[in-house]
Amino acid sequence: MLDEALHSPRGKDGRAPDPLRVGGWMPMRQYGENDEVDFAIVGTGAGGGTLACKLAEAGFSVVGFDAGAWWRPLEEFASDETHQEKLFWTDERICDGDNPLKLGSNNSGKAIGGSTVHFAMVSLRFRPEWLKSRSLLGYGADWPLDWREMWRYYTEVEQALKIAGPVNYPWGPPRPRYPYRAHELNAAALVLAKGCEAMGIPWSETPLATVSAPRGRSPPCVYRGFCVSGCSTNAKQSALITWIPRAVKAGAEIRDLAMAGRIETNDAGYVTGVHYYREGQWRFQRARNVVVAGYAIETPRLLLSSANSQFPDGLANSSGLVGKNLMAQTNQAAWGVMEDEIRWYKGPPSLAVTEHWNYTDTGKDFFGGYAYMSQGPLPRAWVSSLAGNRGLWGDALLRAMEKYNHQAGLKIVGEVLPQERNRVALADEKDRYGLPIARVTYSLCDNDKALVKHALNFMSQSLSVVGARDIWTESDDTCHLNGTARMGDDPRTSVVNADCRSWDIPNLWVCDGSVFPTVGGVNPSLTIQAIACRTADRIRAMAAQGSL
Amino acid sequence: MPERYPGYDVLAKRATPSWNEPTRRVIDARLSIPNEPRFFTMQEWETLTAICDRIVPQPKDRAPVPIAALVDRKMTNDERDGYRQASMPKMQQAWQRGLAALDAAARASHGAPFHAIAAVKQDVLLKAMQNGELSGPEWNGMPAHTFFSERLAHDILAAYYSHSSSWNEIGFGGPASPRGYVRMNFNRRDSWEAVEAKPGHEAAARKANERVG
Repeated sequence: MLDEALHSPRGKDGRAPDPLRVGGWMPMRQYGENDEVDFAIVGTGAGGGTLACKLAEAGFSVVGFDAGAWWRPLEEFASDETHQEKLFWTDERICDGDNPLKLGSNNSGKAIGGSTVHFAMVSLRFRPEWLKSRSLLGYGADWPLDWREMWRYYTEVEQALKIAGPVNYPWGPPRPRYPYRAHELNAAALVLAKGCEAMGIPWSETPLATVSAPRGRSPPCVYRGFCVSGCSTNAKQSALITWIPRAVKAGAEIRDLAMAGRIETNDAGYVTGVHYYREGQWRFQRARNVVVAGYAIETPRLLLSSANSQFPDGLANSSGLVGKNLMAQTNQAAWGVMEDEIRWYKGPPSLAVTEHWNYTDTGKDFFGGYAYMSQGPLPRAWVSSLAGNRGLWGDALLRAMEKYNHQAGLKIVGEVLPQERNRVALADEKDRYGLPIARVTYSLCDNDKALVKHALNFMSQSLSVVGARDIWTESDDTCHLNGTARMGDDPRTSVVNADCRSWDIPNLWVCDGSVFPTVGGVNPSLTIQAIACRTADRIRAMAAQGSL
Repeated sequence: MPERYPGYDVLAKRATPSWNEPTRRVIDARLSIPNEPRFFTMQEWETLTAICDRIVPQPKDRAPVPIAALVDRKMTNDERDGYRQASMPKMQQAWQRGLAALDAAARASHGAPFHAIAAVKQDVLLKAMQNGELSGPEWNGMPAHTFFSERLAHDILAAYYSHSSSWNEIGFGGPASPRGYVRMNFNRRDSWEAVEAKPGHEAAARKANERVG
C-alpha cells in the first residue's frame, strides 16, 4: 500500500516525479549507459544530492544513483510511525563490538534525498576549533579544511535551505542572520530554556531546515510533529525537495531504485564507471569520475566490495583506513515528568538547543563536546526508550506510558573519538543482490563514556531545577554515523584529500559524512552539505585549470 | 487504573483535516487485520498470544488490540529492522526459536505449555528470559535476554503502540496532517486534542473529549 515507488522506478523515460505536486512530473535529461558522463554519483542524500545539483549547475554531465524510491510526500506520506519505516535502510547488517549499534531508523535512509527525508532538520555549524582539534584541543585529528572557508559554505547552505533560526546565535564567531525567523517554542523546548537559565548557561532556538514562512510550494511548518517519519506537507527542506529538483532542472539525471554493486577500474588504475542493479538486471554506466556518497556504512561497503586484482584491499584503500574510524555520535537522554501538560508530540522534536558544552572547555574531564536539545518522541519511539532502557513491561509499562503528555526530555548529540577498531567490514553473508553485507563493529572508549556521564549529570540537574520528577537517564543510544573514509593531508593517514578526492585513484571521490576525521557535537547534515558545495567549487576550479 | 483521557477517541478525527488520505488508508488497513496467524504455527500462535497478554495487559471494556496478529504480519512481510546483533539469527528464525524455547521452559518447569500455565508463572518465566536466566539446547546459542529486548518486547510494544486504542490511553494526538497544531505552550490544548481528566472531574473530561474532532 502506498508503496508503488518501491517497486518500479520513476526517474526514467525523460521524466522524474515532482515531489512538490500531487501526481506531478518534471522533465529530466537522460544519458545512455555508453555515454561517458562527467560524474556518476552513488547516493542522493545530503552529500550526493547537493553535489549532483552543484555539478550540474556548473555544466557537468551528471547521473545520480540511489537504491531508494522517489517519493511524492503530499500523496504518499502518512502520519504514521510504522508505515513510514519505508524511508529507512532496512537491509540486513550485522552489529557487534562492546556496544553493538542499532541501525535502520534514525541513522539510515533509503530514498531519493537519503536520510534528509526523515531527518530532524537540526542545522548546526561546527565549532571552528574542531577542524583543528588535534592541534588546538589535543584530541582526534585535524581536518585539511579552514573554518573561514567553511563559514562561507555554511552560509550558502543556510540560504539554499532557508534555515529558520534566531536573530543572534549565542556561540561561535559571528554568522549572518538566519534567512527565516525562528519557530515558536513548544513546551518541551521551554523546559530546556528554563533549565538552562536556572543553570546559568545560554540556550537558543534551534536553527531548523523547515520553513517558518511560505517558500515556493513549501508551506510554513504546521507543527504536526511527525518530522522523523517524513514531512507530508513539504515544509521540510530535504534534499528530495531542494537539491534534487534543482539538479534535475540543471540537466542531471537521477536514477531511483538503482543499487550500486561495484565500481570498475581499468589497467591504468582509473575508475571507468559503476555497475548497478535496476529493473531486474545488472547494468553499467560509463563515467569519467565516480563519486561515492552512500554514507558511513554503504560508502566503505562499496569501496571494499569493489576490490579486484589490481586493488585487492578495495578501492582507495592504500592507507588501510577504508571502513575504519567509524564515529556514531552518542544520543543519550535524561527524561522526567512535569506537573504541567507538555504534549511534546507537537512541533519539530528539537526546537531548543544549548551548545554550551561544545564551546566551553573548562569543567570537563573528557575531550570533545556535546549539544543537547529538547525532545518529542512519538509513542512507538517513546515506548522503545522506556522498555529498552528500563526493562519495563506489563502494568508497570502501561503506568509509565500513561504519563506521556507530561514527559519532558533532553538529549545529546555527543562527540565520540575516532578509533580504528570501530569499523565497517564485509561479512560472509550476502544480500538479495548477492553483495556481501556490512559487519559494523562498535565500542565506546573511556573518553566517550566520560562525556556521556557528564552530559547525563548536567541534564538531570537541569530537569530537576525546573521541577521534573521521576528523572531517569537513557544510556544506550547513538545517532549519526561518520568517518570510515576520512579526509586529510597525508595519503598514509587518510582516504581522500580536502577536495574529497581519493589519494589512490584520481577520478574517484567520496562526498558524504564518511570523510569526517572527527565528528564534533552537532548534527552533521549542514556540514556534509557545506563540504559538497565546496567540493563542487573545487572541481569546477580544477576543471578550469585542466587538472581534473 | 482510572482512565486519564475518558471518552477520547483518535478515530473521531478520521474525517477532519488532521487525517490525509494516505493516513486513512494506512490506519484503516491496520485496524481491519484478521486476528489469526499467517506466519506462525498454531502452537507458536498460542504461545505468542499468551506472551502479548502479559507484556501488554489490556483493559476488558474495549476490543483488544490484536497484537499477536500485528507481530505475525511483520513476520509474514519479513519487515526487518535493518540490523541484527551478531549473536542473533534473522528476525523470523529468532521468533520461531524463542517461542519454542519458552514453551520448552514452561513444559520443563510446570509440565504444561506456556499458554496453559497461570499468569504469575508466565511472568516468572518472562522475567527469567529478560534476565538471561533461560538457556538450553532449544536456544541454540541465542542469548535469552537479547531475544527478550531486541525481539520479543521490541516487536510486541511496537505493534501495540501502532494501534489507535493505545493512542487513546495516553492522550496522543495521533495523525496530524495537514492540520497540525497551533497551541504549543505549557498546558495549552487545541480543540482537536485529548482532554486530561483531573481527579474528580472525569465526567467533564469525558464530555469534552466527545467533542474532540
